[in-house]
Amino acid sequence: MSKTKISDPAATAPESVVDFSEENPSVLTRVQHALHETPALVPLIVLVLSIVVFGVLLGSKFFSPFALTLILQQVAIVGIVGSAQSLVIITAGIDLSVGAIMVLSSVVMGQAAFRYGIPVELAVVIGLTVGSICGYINGWLVAVMKLPPFIVTLGMWQIVLATNFLYSANETIRSQDIARDAALLQFFGRKVQIGGAVFTFGVIFLVLLVLVLAYVLRHTAWGRHVYAVGDDPEAAELSGVNVKGVLISVYTLAGLICAFAGWALIGRIGSVSPTSGQLANIESITAVVIGGISLFGGRGSILGMFFGALIVGVFSLGLRLLGADAQWTFLLIGVLIIAAVALDQWIRRVAV
Amino acid sequence: MKRLLVGTLLAASLMASPAFAGSHGGITACLITKTDTNPFFVKMREGATAKAEELGITLKSFAGKVDGDHETQVAAIETCIADGASGILLTASDTSSIVSAVTQAREAGLLVIALDTPLEPINSADATFATDNFLAGELIGKWAAATLGDAAADAKIAMLDLAVSQPTVGVLRDQGFLQGFGIELGDPNKWGDETDPRIVGHDVTAGNEEGGRRAMENLLAKDPLINVVYTINEPAASGAYEALKAIGRENDVLIVSVDGGCPGVQNVKEGVIGATSQQYPLLMASLGIEAIKRWADDGTKPEPTPGKQFFDTGVALVTDMPVDGVDSIDTTEGTNLCWG
Repeated sequence: MSKTKISDPAATAPESVVDFSEENPSVLTRVQHALHETPALVPLIVLVLSIVVFGVLLGSKFFSPFALTLILQQVAIVGIVGSAQSLVIITAGIDLSVGAIMVLSSVVMGQAAFRYGIPVELAVVIGLTVGSICGYINGWLVAVMKLPPFIVTLGMWQIVLATNFLYSANETIRSQDIARDAALLQFFGRKVQIGGAVFTFGVIFLVLLVLVLAYVLRHTAWGRHVYAVGDDPEAAELSGVNVKGVLISVYTLAGLICAFAGWALIGRIGSVSPTSGQLANIESITAVVIGGISLFGGRGSILGMFFGALIVGVFSLGLRLLGADAQWTFLLIGVLIIAAVALDQWIRRVAV
Repeated sequence: MKRLLVGTLLAASLMASPAFAGSHGGITACLITKTDTNPFFVKMREGATAKAEELGITLKSFAGKVDGDHETQVAAIETCIADGASGILLTASDTSSIVSAVTQAREAGLLVIALDTPLEPINSADATFATDNFLAGELIGKWAAATLGDAAADAKIAMLDLAVSQPTVGVLRDQGFLQGFGIELGDPNKWGDETDPRIVGHDVTAGNEEGGRRAMENLLAKDPLINVVYTINEPAASGAYEALKAIGRENDVLIVSVDGGCPGVQNVKEGVIGATSQQYPLLMASLGIEAIKRWADDGTKPEPTPGKQFFDTGVALVTDMPVDGVDSIDTTEGTNLCWG
């Protein structure tokens, strides 16, 4: 099991180097070690570099509080879904159904309030419950039925998405109707403005969620168990970890977080739209991978995912402002993904 | 092996097709849409189903899983050929790649009519029943220019398009709008090559709220003083409106769109969208079924509208703020005619 401390590499690297090396280790080995100790470091460096580069190229147009907080708003949904994805991937699983669960939850919230006239507070609770149930089913199939997570969530993705379309008849609930009759659904769209900087409640929720999860994963028994299960489920079982329980709890929590993402989605686009979020599963996996979380489980930090999502956001907006064809964004993101995984493989070879 | 494959496909598609009407014998027609969830295609299917029932035709409906699902559409065409259908009504996801499958169907004696989306080249299908998308764009362009009056000379325009692959429907609406607004076009077969400084930029929306908001935000970051917004459809328009609302500019920007769906017309009524060009999917489908019937009865093919390469199913400008020189209908009438 690896530590996921986020700190200055200079502070941790020397200690760990001293342990095992009499002859001076090369700089490369030191770097390798530092990265092994703090997986969020690489994405953080890439993020800072990309902000600096686009800042130089675009000047104040990019380097303004407005544009920088706009990036936060644009990655809020992917970031929230990415938090759920991170949890699952740390257990060496994968969740392809995150986007579908998000959209279904938002549709259920909307339909509960508008089709059935349920009070909006209750409608939100129903939506969150539906998300959690979807997650629970995933978790049960993975943990108890021992089915591969990829297959389970591939199936769940189709099932949930089809349910979403059948149930909603793909009809949008208009923003103006929601604002009038069920304003709570747009809660995450409200905003705090500080100068030119705009923080929506969705962004604030994302930041809080990442911080809370980072703390829980590092400092609670449950969090350590999540890493242990991802690293080596048999060893975890032998040391008394309830592997099934941990897996089910992770997938259920992921479902709940996706439902919150669905709620935040209503805030962002104003309306309830069943066609939204089609690519959220891929985008969240992208953020996770660029964020340095290992797809083999047991390694990586949720902060890395957050930086990964921001990197994608910075590239997208930066390249658009430069007037580049949108395809360049996808191309560069592709390069980043492969580079990130290659780096992960290299770091894994470190002797601990 | 091949027969087995076709058989399996057939069985799978029949089971997957809820609109399958059971009775054999007589004329069979196929309707293949991009998806079966978009209200536009739902309305199209309604129109086709009603007309088929009236004429005693067996209708089989197929749809891709998502917009852009090309393979399911090819499989559907193959199924229709194997089934001995008289004709196919098709809204293609991939307008050029589908041509080989369409040719195969025509060689097998089926009448293929492209609905809503022309194939590339347009004469790959026997006929095309569609909205004149260039005209649809032109109407909102003219309306926007007339509404702004003298201010049109220094407008700042955001163009919210469909996709980077520039599908024809998106290009036609975009270029129609610009022409209607009085902006000189570059190559009318693509957008983005205009040199008029009034255009702040083009961005893509995927035709939904989420994409509309993101694209609007990107263009606002480029120039926060945008005051005219063209959108590919009404969901994108509603997303753009949210982005404008977030910076408090929703009341001093003119948004125009194309489609005429019911939520869109409602948005025109409430002033979210200034004007929208309404199209008529139900009519496309019912005319298509009639054409297949005639083809099956005496082998006559439908003729295009004079002066156009396709049969024009009509478009109307919906707005509550009519201007001189552009014909329009109000939102009450638009609501009566809206789909989805």
